[in-house]
Amino acid sequence: MSNILSIVTFLPLAGAIIIAFLNSEAKGNARWVALWTTILTFAISLLIWINFDKTNPGFQFVEDYAWIGGLKYKMGVDGISMLFVILTTFLMPLCILASWESVQDRVKEYMIAFLVLETLMLGVFCALDLVLFYLFFEGGLIPMFLIIGVWGGKRRVYASFKFFLYTLLGSVLMLLAMMAMYWHAGTTDIPTLLTTKFPADMQWWLWLAFFASFAVKMPMWPVHTWLPDAHVEAPTAGSVILAGILLKMGGYGFLRFSLPMFPIASEQLAPLVFSLSIIAIVYTSLVALVQEDMKKLIAYSSVAHMGYVTMGIFTASQQGIDGAIFQMLSHGIVSAALFLCVGVIYDRTHTREIAAYGGLVERMPKYAVAFMVFTMANVGLPGTSGFIGEFLTLLAAFKANTWVAILATTGVILSAAYALYLYRRVIFGVLEKPKLKALLDLSPREVAILAPLVLLTIYYGFYPAPVLDVTGASVKNLVANYEAALKPAAAMLGQ
Amino acid sequence: MDLISLAPVYPELMVALGAIALLMLGAFMRDGEAAGRTVAWLALAVIAAAFVLVLNQTGAREVLFDGAFVNDGVTRFLKLLILMGSGLALLLTFNDFARAKILFFEYPVLLLIATLGMLMMVSANDLIALYLGLELQSLALYVVAAFKRDDVRSSEAGLKYFVLGALSSGMLLYGASLLYGITGSTGYAQIAAAAQAEGMAQNLGLTAGLVFVLVGLAFKVSAVPFHMWTPDVYEGAPTPVTTFFAAAPKVAAMALLIRFTQAALPSVALQWQQIIIFLSIASMVLGAFAAIGQTNIKRLLAYSSIGHVGFALIGLAANNAEGTAGVLIYLAIYVFMTLGAFACVLAMRRNAQNVEEISELAGLAKTDLRLASVFAVLMFSLAGIPPLAGFWAKWYAFLPAIKAGLYPLAIIGVVTSVIGAFYYLRIVKIMFFDEAAAPFEPVEGKVLLVMSLAAIFVVGFVLPFIGGTVFDAATAAASALVGSGP
Repeated sequence: MSNILSIVTFLPLAGAIIIAFLNSEAKGNARWVALWTTILTFAISLLIWINFDKTNPGFQFVEDYAWIGGLKYKMGVDGISMLFVILTTFLMPLCILASWESVQDRVKEYMIAFLVLETLMLGVFCALDLVLFYLFFEGGLIPMFLIIGVWGGKRRVYASFKFFLYTLLGSVLMLLAMMAMYWHAGTTDIPTLLTTKFPADMQWWLWLAFFASFAVKMPMWPVHTWLPDAHVEAPTAGSVILAGILLKMGGYGFLRFSLPMFPIASEQLAPLVFSLSIIAIVYTSLVALVQEDMKKLIAYSSVAHMGYVTMGIFTASQQGIDGAIFQMLSHGIVSAALFLCVGVIYDRTHTREIAAYGGLVERMPKYAVAFMVFTMANVGLPGTSGFIGEFLTLLAAFKANTWVAILATTGVILSAAYALYLYRRVIFGVLEKPKLKALLDLSPREVAILAPLVLLTIYYGFYPAPVLDVTGASVKNLVANYEAALKPAAAMLGQ
Repeated sequence: MDLISLAPVYPELMVALGAIALLMLGAFMRDGEAAGRTVAWLALAVIAAAFVLVLNQTGAREVLFDGAFVNDGVTRFLKLLILMGSGLALLLTFNDFARAKILFFEYPVLLLIATLGMLMMVSANDLIALYLGLELQSLALYVVAAFKRDDVRSSEAGLKYFVLGALSSGMLLYGASLLYGITGSTGYAQIAAAAQAEGMAQNLGLTAGLVFVLVGLAFKVSAVPFHMWTPDVYEGAPTPVTTFFAAAPKVAAMALLIRFTQAALPSVALQWQQIIIFLSIASMVLGAFAAIGQTNIKRLLAYSSIGHVGFALIGLAANNAEGTAGVLIYLAIYVFMTLGAFACVLAMRRNAQNVEEISELAGLAKTDLRLASVFAVLMFSLAGIPPLAGFWAKWYAFLPAIKAGLYPLAIIGVVTSVIGAFYYLRIVKIMFFDEAAAPFEPVEGKVLLVMSLAAIFVVGFVLPFIGGTVFDAATAAASALVGSGP
């Protein structure tokens, strides 16, 4: 039990190594090994969730070993990271299933790339050492670069380079900030750094450097432009991982580093984040409205939804942060599901043009229902998981700054506009295109992929407590520390 | 002087005597290629023996020959690295030279002599010793650059290397004479003592001497703006020779820089730091931008090596114990990455010919996934992407710079590393994303061995028993150098 986090993190890597030794002709074996590895990883991660102590705000399942030089191999989860681990392990088997038939070329390498990526993503959420975190954070670029570049669409080369270089540029500044933190605090141990008080002017620079990395990863307006390209060109499962998990690393980073470690800078720079969030919510929603490509539309809607997350985080209140985490988890499920839905019809018709569809409900009723649920969740309809996160973040924003909340609320309306518009054009209307007349409804495999997502979307919409209970204690602790750190600063300003 | 007191120079004696003995052996053997093969294997044995001798040294400080020769942790670390680089480069020579019908016994002997020069450079604690070691190495290298006598490009490489190398040696010698004139000695310890005197920091003669010596050394490490010879020599020389050039001599020249700056002139650190910072920035920027347009893989790796020298110099510019350790770690990782990358270049063979155009790699992942994967791992590592070794090299180079407050240098460094990532990624893209070209011939055993070693080192660096060992050794070595002063 004591090494369970390492086991979960490196199990996929072990699966990848097994696949590497398989005969490259045996595509089926590679698929099955990958599927069982991810399912086993999911099962073990559930064990962590079951044994997770919800009342403990600190890190649990901590592993601490000496590593290179003075660095430590330290892993652990708290209420903030716990559910991201589950989200990752939950989405991976679905990704493998979604690629079952659509990927026929270099299957072995594909599965290896995904399993390695899973290890790196889990590591990001479990790492409790700055360097270890950076290792996982940046290492994920390599498999993702290959996934987009090898199995992607027409402009895959452009998209993969843009993705890689954009995120790398943001991250190297964070690397320098980490070095500065190391020399200031004498350690890269995250729990220790969480209690370290950095001088106010240093906080500014560190905050900006971390912001450069996480804002790109998130992505926030105006550094979001890599995302639509990467999403459109990536294979379905790549988009799912990108939207479902990789984007969450940015939000997780804000919660783990920016807010608790640099509270003074966070407080002072919150208006900047609010402004960018509102622009993201309103502007990218408008952009989404005019997209011709389904994946691009969902990609822009992701940017808009991430705007709520950044807004919620930097209200630095219990509601705001709970809401932001919930929004990230919900978006992880919903946007992943939407990309899977696009994948379903893309596999049949090989186009993502919205105009190429229409009237699908006549041929694919089951699909229409699933797509409907996710569209509603994307809009934030009460009763779906999308509502809880948006509502909580807006509530917190209203307390922090009424104007921010009012402007952000327009995004809810806009999201209804683009999501319903998309749904109408694809699902309803007259089925007149000859290509569409022979379409088959969801296969059992596709039902198996989408059904758990539908259930979760509705379940969490009505009963968000399982999530909020887990995050509660840690977030409360975070907010308390944040406010305690600001008091001396506020007192100094008052003098 | 009895034999026991010579113990610190046993490795050098081993290589020197080995080179002489093998020269004799080669001269008296009749069959050319058989002689070459035998001598090459024996030269490998000599290098291995010297490696063991160095390994048995304690790393404690020993000074010999009236202060001209020094042994300490740094020399031990770097000598091990040099011997490893030379040995592996020699290993890559056999089949390639045999195919080109130039597997003569002179090559291993020259390589041994160059290695001897490098070992002396590393231990040089006196300007004369520095120059002797440097010239011994350089003269041997000029000859091996032109070793493919019938090949125009190889001859051109040798000539170019010789002319520019001689020029740089001249500058270095002139600088050394100025330093001697100002301080009254060629020994580092005496120079350091004299340079501490009042007003020496403003002494124009000292500064001029410093600049000339640094220029000469910058030529040898191919730092910008003294890098012009590098792409041509890398491209023109036979690939196994380029492999040798790219690894060990860089280490030796860097060793000279470290010791000359830190042991001879610590009191004018502000002066040489400026120069090192300039060299570092110029090398990183040029290395990143000039490599983008290259179509020949060897030229690309030449520019890449220029960039990497720039990164390694960051550690030196920081002028603290962590910085020196950072340089040592950087060099260790760089040697492995370079050897691996050139082994991959040697594996690019089609129709019994070596090909060097980057476009020839198209779709390699489909025809030879193993080679493509190793190549890609090395490229990602050269780009400095974690968790590969190249990231750690950058981490330990930038960390001391941040400690020393060199923020602009560090920021320029990381930004150029992102630009540099572009051309490494381009190679990965060509291998993995593009349509497959005709397959290469199967990779030969020795090349595969070096490739695998490099890949294992690069991937396994995150493990404590590889990365931790390198880090501990480098840190222990560096603390000895900086702490002890002159």
